[in-house]
Amino acid sequence: MDPIKNKIQNSSRETRQDLLGKILSYSCILLIVLVVLSIFFFVASKGIATFTVDHGNFWTFLTGKTWNPIVNNAKGQPEIGALPMIVGSFGVTILAALFATPFAIGTALYMTELASKRGERLLQSVVELLVGIPSVVYGFIGLSVIVPFVRNHFGGSGYGILSGSFVLFVMILPTITSMTVDSLRSVPRFYKEASLALGATKWQTIYKVILRSATSGILTAIIFGMARAFGEALAVQMVIGNAAVMPKNLLSSASTLTSILTMGIGNTVMGTVGNNALWSLALVLLLMSLLFNILVRLIGRKGRM
Amino acid sequence: MKTKIQNRIALTTIRIIALLVVFILMFLLGDILIAGVPHISWHFLTAPSQSFTSGGGIGVQLFNSIYLLFLTLIISFPISLGAGIFLAEYAPKNFLTATVRMAIEVLSSLPSVVVGLFGFLLFVVQMKMGFSIIAGAIALTFFNLPLLTRNIEESLTAVPDLQREAGMALGLSKWRTVTRIVLPEALPGIITGVVLGAGRVFGEAAALIYTAGQSATNIDFTQWNPLNSASPLNLMRPAETLAVHIWKINSEGVMPDASAVSAGSSAVLIIAVLFFNLLARLLGNALYRKLTATKNR
Repeated sequence: MDPIKNKIQNSSRETRQDLLGKILSYSCILLIVLVVLSIFFFVASKGIATFTVDHGNFWTFLTGKTWNPIVNNAKGQPEIGALPMIVGSFGVTILAALFATPFAIGTALYMTELASKRGERLLQSVVELLVGIPSVVYGFIGLSVIVPFVRNHFGGSGYGILSGSFVLFVMILPTITSMTVDSLRSVPRFYKEASLALGATKWQTIYKVILRSATSGILTAIIFGMARAFGEALAVQMVIGNAAVMPKNLLSSASTLTSILTMGIGNTVMGTVGNNALWSLALVLLLMSLLFNILVRLIGRKGRM
Repeated sequence: MKTKIQNRIALTTIRIIALLVVFILMFLLGDILIAGVPHISWHFLTAPSQSFTSGGGIGVQLFNSIYLLFLTLIISFPISLGAGIFLAEYAPKNFLTATVRMAIEVLSSLPSVVVGLFGFLLFVVQMKMGFSIIAGAIALTFFNLPLLTRNIEESLTAVPDLQREAGMALGLSKWRTVTRIVLPEALPGIITGVVLGAGRVFGEAAALIYTAGQSATNIDFTQWNPLNSASPLNLMRPAETLAVHIWKINSEGVMPDASAVSAGSSAVLIIAVLFFNLLARLLGNALYRKLTATKNR
C-alpha cells in the first residue's frame, strides 16, 4: 500500500496516545463519581428501609425521645426516636462553633495584620500541624484533660455535651483559623491602604474594611468547621457519655448521631430493625453533610457578587 | 482620642486571643507529649499488645498502620492522578464537569464514619471479605481520593500554559505533553500533597473500625508469604491500626495501663504527623530544586 495514503488515512501515533490518555483519565473520574453515587445509594437504601420495611414512623424518628429500636411501641411501630442524638449532634456542633469562632478570627487577624513575618510563619506551621493531628488524639486529650477539668470545675461526671464541645472546639479551631487566614490574605492590599490613607486606625480598618470584605470567606470557614464537628465520631464518642436519652443539661451524659452509630453497628445484626435504624442515622449524617456543602456553595456565590 | 483608645483596646484583645490560643494548644500538645514520650521505648514500639495485663507494646498496630498507609497510597494515587489530569487538562467547561467537581467536593466533606460504614456494607458484608486490611485500604482510598485529586488538579493548573503550547508546537500529543512536560513540573506540589494526605490517612480511625477491624491478630514477622494467614503482608487479615488501638483501649477499659499506652501511642501519632509535615516540605523543596535547577525557592 502507498505509505502516504496509509499515513493520511490511518490515525497517527499521537492520536492513539491521546485516545489512551483520554480513556485513562475519563475512567478515573468515572470511578470517583461512581463511588459517590454508590455511597449515596447504599446508605439511602439501608436508611429508608427503617420506614418502608420495618414500618417505622418518620415523625417518631425526628421527634421521638425514646431510642430503643428493638422494642415496639403501643402502635406496634419500633421505638426509633432519634431526637436525643439529633439534639446532641447539633448541640456540640453549635457550641463548638460558638467557642471557636472568636478565637479563630482573633488568631487569624493577629497572624495577618499584627504579627511579624517570623511570628506569622511560626503560627502558620503550628496551625498546619494541628490541622493534621488525628481525631482520636483529640479524643484522648479530651478524656485525660478536659473530662477531669469539667468534672472538677462544673460538676457532674465530666462526660457530656460541654466536654464534647470543648474537644470539638480544640479540633476545629485550627481548621477555621487556617481557612480564615486564607480569606483575610485574599483581601486586596489597596483596600487596606485606602482605608489607612483616609486616616482610619488599624482597628477601624480591620473592623470596617478587612472583616467586611472577607465575610463570605470567614463564613465558609465556620461552616467547614461545623461540618467537621458534625461528622466527627470518635473524639466526641470518647467524652460525651453515650447515653441515648434527652440531655437534661450540658453536663449530663448525652449522645450524638455519630457516637450511637459507632457504638451500635458492631452490636446489631445486618437487616434487623435495630441495624436499619442505625443506617437511618447515617443517612441523616449524609444529608447534613450535603446541606453544609450547599450552604458553602450559596455563600460562595453570594460572596462573588 | 476615643478612636485611638478603641484601637489600642481592640488590638490588645486580638493579641491576647492569639496568645491564649497558642497557650491552650501548646498546653494540650505538651501534656500529651510529656505524658507519652517517656513511655516510648524500643520495647513499646515493637512488642505485641496485651489485652488484660500491662506492659504491652504497639508493634503490630504500628506495622498495620504503615502497611495500610502504603496500600492506600498505591490504590489512591493512580486513580486521583488520572482524575486530576482529567479535571486540569481534559475537562470541558460544561454542566457535567461542574457536577463531577461537586461530587468530589461532597465526597471530601462526608463524615469519615459514613465512608467507613459504606466500606463495611459493601466489602465486609456484601462481598464477604470480612474485616480485612484490603477493605480498610479501600475505605481509606475513598477518604483520600477527593483531597488528592484536588491537590493534583491544583498543582497541574499552576503550571503555565506556555509549557503546554511548547509541547504542542513540538508535535507531541496532548497526553505526552501532560505526562512528559506538565506532570514533572507539577511534581513537587503533588508530592507535598501526597505526603500531607498520608499524614491524614495515618491517623484516621473512624473509617477503619468496621473495615479493617479492631483486632490485631498475632502476625509472624518471619513469614513473608502474602498468602499465609499469619504473614504480615496478608491482605485478608483483620488489622487494628494505631489510631483504632487508642480508641479501643480507651472505650473498653480493660487494659490496666490503657492511659499510659494511649499517651505513648498518641505521642507516636503526633510525632508521625510532625514527620509527615516536615517530609512534605523538604521533599517538595528538594524536588523543586532538582527539577527546575533553581537554587532557592
